[in-house]
Amino acid sequence: MYTQALNNNSDAADRTIEDAAHTTAFQARIDAEARIEPNDWMPAAYRKTLVRQISQHAHSEIVGMLPEGNWITRAPSLRRKVALLAKVQDECGHGLYLYAAAETLGASREELVDAMLAGKAKYSSIFNYPTLTWADIGVIGWLVDGAAIMNQIPLCRCSYGPYARAMIRVCKEESFHQRQGYEIMLTLCRGSAAQKAMAQDALNRWWWPVLMMFGPPDQASQHGDASTKWKIKRFSNDELRQKFVDATVPQAQYLGLSIPDPGMTQDEEGHWRHGAIDWSEFKQVLAGNGPCNRDRLAARRKAHDDGAWVREAAAAYAEKRKFRQAAQAAE
Amino acid sequence: MATPNTPLWEVFIRSRNGLAHRHCGSLHASDATMALQAARDIYTRRGEGLSIWVVPSGAITASDPAEKGMMFEPAESKIYRHPTFYEVPEEVGHM
Ligand SMILES: [Fe+2]
Ligand SMILES: [Fe+2]
Repeated sequence: MYTQALNNNSDAADRTIEDAAHTTAFQARIDAEARIEPNDWMPAAYRKTLVRQISQHAHSEIVGMLPEGNWITRAPSLRRKVALLAKVQDECGHGLYLYAAAETLGASREELVDAMLAGKAKYSSIFNYPTLTWADIGVIGWLVDGAAIMNQIPLCRCSYGPYARAMIRVCKEESFHQRQGYEIMLTLCRGSAAQKAMAQDALNRWWWPVLMMFGPPDQASQHGDASTKWKIKRFSNDELRQKFVDATVPQAQYLGLSIPDPGMTQDEEGHWRHGAIDWSEFKQVLAGNGPCNRDRLAARRKAHDDGAWVREAAAAYAEKRKFRQAAQAAE
Repeated sequence: MATPNTPLWEVFIRSRNGLAHRHCGSLHASDATMALQAARDIYTRRGEGLSIWVVPSGAITASDPAEKGMMFEPAESKIYRHPTFYEVPEEVGHM
């Protein structure tokens, strides 16, 4: 968004020199809830944090198409098929809005994508789990998109303007994702005993990985403090996780499904307190050892390589037309 | 091999008849035709637009926010450009 060319002005380097006055004025603007725009002065660490966060978010949307794309051709009805197709198309759009937001910070989409394909950039751990049955598509919409919405709503007020605006767009589109997922769950739960068992099995497999989506517990999170000060992050990982659990438990009860957490209790204030999360699993998945990490990267690399001729042909065609136009103008 | 960069375009959409085209984001495309098609697919999946403009990002010249003081100062002192600068007796009614 806006023009990246401006960020390459010769005085851009001077502008990144962090003098104390700049930093103070920057923080004062953040404290006053002002939005930071691409060509405004910003601390180098703020820029770096945002490029990392926004690009990881973008990669997640793109890789996130794979587990669901797996079921498009096998959706049980035309209604389900068009919904799933539209949802997966939305996720692609979300990825593109986010790459564009990251580019306003001076990164290039090509570099960001290459880093992801090289396995150097992270994406959400959740997309490294397999979609074994149709019920997984229901659970993903209901819980994975539900968790993403929890995380994305506060980001609509993020201090960085282009990211906040991308999130507003994303959140508007996201609500149908969750609703179509819950509708799938409701249909399965009102169906035969086998269908309901399938729904419960999917919930059992996805529940804990979904809770991990909110990231490590607050005391272990490395990026919390600065991001909070800069108003990139408005709620801590644990706060968002708690909000999500409180919202989700009644929805599971309505479906007649049980949360696979024998240690779960409701406290005096009505909050549902989950049992201990197995963070070693989370670390394993982040380290590349989840059930589908290799598959996901291989699929993205194949798509990228298979599309190379299209990018090359489009560039060659644009070049040819430019050449012809120049020749015509010279005549 | 590193992926070569594809040109960047800014997208403007007229959402309803009578409204101005409004900037809504950017995208990469090799040429203007492909930029228009990509803009339709990325930014108008739910009928958000009646018309799209795409402009090469490099063609935009923007003012420097660091110089906004100097840039916009001339207007700041001209309070007589606002209707509230002028006194009209209350009896005259709304004007
Ligand atoms: Fe999304
Ligand atoms: Fe979604």
